[in-house]
Amino acid sequence: MKIIIKYVLLDLLRNRIVIVYTVLLAILSVSVLGLDANPAKGLLSLLNVSLLFVPIITILFATIYFFNSIEFTELLLSQPIKRKSVLLAEYAGVAASLAGAYAIGVGLPLLFLVSGTESLILVLTGILLTLIFTSLALLIFVKSRDKTKGIGVAIGTALFFTLLFDGLLIAFIYSFGDYPIDKAVIGIIAFNPIDLGRVLMLLQLDVAVLMGYSGALFKKFLGSATGSIFSLACMVFWVILPLLLSVKVFKKKDL
Amino acid sequence: MGRVEVARRWIVCIVFSLLTAVTYAKSVRITPANNIQHTLDRVADGDTVYVSKGSYNQNNIIVRKAIAIIGEEYPVFDGGKKNEVFIVIANNVLIKGLQVQNTGRSSMTDMAGVKLQNVSHVTVSNCRIYNTTYGVYLQNSNQCKVVANTIKANSKDELQSGNGVHAWKCNNLLISHNVLTGHRDGIYFEFVTQSLITNNKSIGNIRYGLHFMFSHNDIYSYNTFENNGAGVAVMYTKGVTMYKNTFYRNWGDASYAILLKDISDSKIEYNKFTKNTVGIFMEGSSRIHVAYNTFADNGWAMRIQASCDGNTFEKNNFFGNSFDVATNGTMMLNTFRSNYWDKYDGYDLNKDGNGDIPYYPVSVYSVITERIPTAMILYRSFLTNIMDEVEKMMPSIIPDQLRDDEPRLKRWKL
Repeated sequence: MKIIIKYVLLDLLRNRIVIVYTVLLAILSVSVLGLDANPAKGLLSLLNVSLLFVPIITILFATIYFFNSIEFTELLLSQPIKRKSVLLAEYAGVAASLAGAYAIGVGLPLLFLVSGTESLILVLTGILLTLIFTSLALLIFVKSRDKTKGIGVAIGTALFFTLLFDGLLIAFIYSFGDYPIDKAVIGIIAFNPIDLGRVLMLLQLDVAVLMGYSGALFKKFLGSATGSIFSLACMVFWVILPLLLSVKVFKKKDL
Repeated sequence: MGRVEVARRWIVCIVFSLLTAVTYAKSVRITPANNIQHTLDRVADGDTVYVSKGSYNQNNIIVRKAIAIIGEEYPVFDGGKKNEVFIVIANNVLIKGLQVQNTGRSSMTDMAGVKLQNVSHVTVSNCRIYNTTYGVYLQNSNQCKVVANTIKANSKDELQSGNGVHAWKCNNLLISHNVLTGHRDGIYFEFVTQSLITNNKSIGNIRYGLHFMFSHNDIYSYNTFENNGAGVAVMYTKGVTMYKNTFYRNWGDASYAILLKDISDSKIEYNKFTKNTVGIFMEGSSRIHVAYNTFADNGWAMRIQASCDGNTFEKNNFFGNSFDVATNGTMMLNTFRSNYWDKYDGYDLNKDGNGDIPYYPVSVYSVITERIPTAMILYRSFLTNIMDEVEKMMPSIIPDQLRDDEPRLKRWKL
């Protein structure tokens, strides 16, 4: 399994896209952090960038990569290796390289410019989002045979989580605004890893007070350590669940 | 004129000056061995009592004469956590340079470090007042001064504590250069008129840094209000002037730099509002001139309820605020003019320094959260950014009367 991961990583490095991604993130981070004298503002901008681009780039790149390396996968499977380990090794290779790209591209500038717990959480959020969306890409890959269809679904998924979900959520909040829906809303955001990441990060910053201002429950729940642990646990769950599902599907898949 | 004549004049002079010294400026010195109450009752009006350094375990001291009590190197008067310390019931008293500490706490009387009752022209200055329920308590007193005192306490909750400087039914007070920390309210005014509060620092009080009600025609200037539980509250008052004050880091989920409730015909100018949850919260207020202020890095720079009318906001700087203005209605009877807004992205073709298209300070997302606070969970999400941008192009939800028709392109130098 280690050998497969190694080959996937080497292949990705030769591909250079991951390196370009790293450099892009680094340039973005340095310019965003350099623009604003207030580091908290810079972190917020960087958070916005991460929440928008990381999911889309990750899911697209991972899906395309999985489809492109389908021959390599088939070749491996003709050897006496478990399907599970092949799939997980491929996942580990892609996820590790993308997460590494984020850690270097965003983490290094942050380390030099704004080091602190908030920066650490931002990098953690980014890495978790990378893992989640690679995991989703894997699920998309095993569920659809056709590459074009797979990429379509990947784009759809990314858009759903970045935009559509929040749109539906705001529609829900609007329609049921007269009812005590605070708890339900906290429950609902658990279904969107991007919202979870955003909330997790905002809780580290001063602006969390703005959320507390508008609802006692938000303050009580999100303001405490429980809120952060809740978001973190949900995000980890988001990594594992699609991964297990894809392993399960892949085991029985007719290649 | 002979020598005798000159000598006689000299003698007359000397005798007169001696007489003055004896009759008008007798000075008495006391040490911790003396009973200060006895001394104070024996001296005459106009005398000066010097209090030597040391620890005086004496309290409930009543000042009945117009005298000056001057401490040397802060002699300590201790209330033993049971009693009050100084109670002034005579006019023209000066209390200076004492350390007053540990008053009692009672639900029957307001225990104070220095209490002024029905007096005028009393000055409390350069005192250290520590761990008192009320620091300086002015009751129905006029023309009094509270100057350059350090008033500290470690109150835990609102019910168990009092105020740093507490004034009730007074006029023409001067409260200046005091440092007030750890009380319920730093400065509390009720029915206090024609007074000046200046150069005070009110930091880390449990409730308000400054709290005043029914106190007309007062001036507040050059004060610093920092880190107080809920900022500053100004209620039911007209003719207030606030200028050059600093409101810093009144940050918490029920906090604001300044709350204006039923205030009218007032001026708020040249103040700095930095890092507060809400800069100005305005309710039922009319004809207030808000100008030349700086609002930086606040959650909401201003929350203006629809019950406000006739207010003018001009020539202020707004930058780095999460939300510039929030309001709870569509009706807007206030005027915004020539402010600098960092979120303004219009243009200025005729180069007169004002933007050519109006700026709408209320973002659509702030309208939504005002209506449904739960929507705050989507703060900083991509969707809300898009909604704000779309609304900027075609205003439909935001109150379109609330706008700045000539927003400045450059920051005012304030």
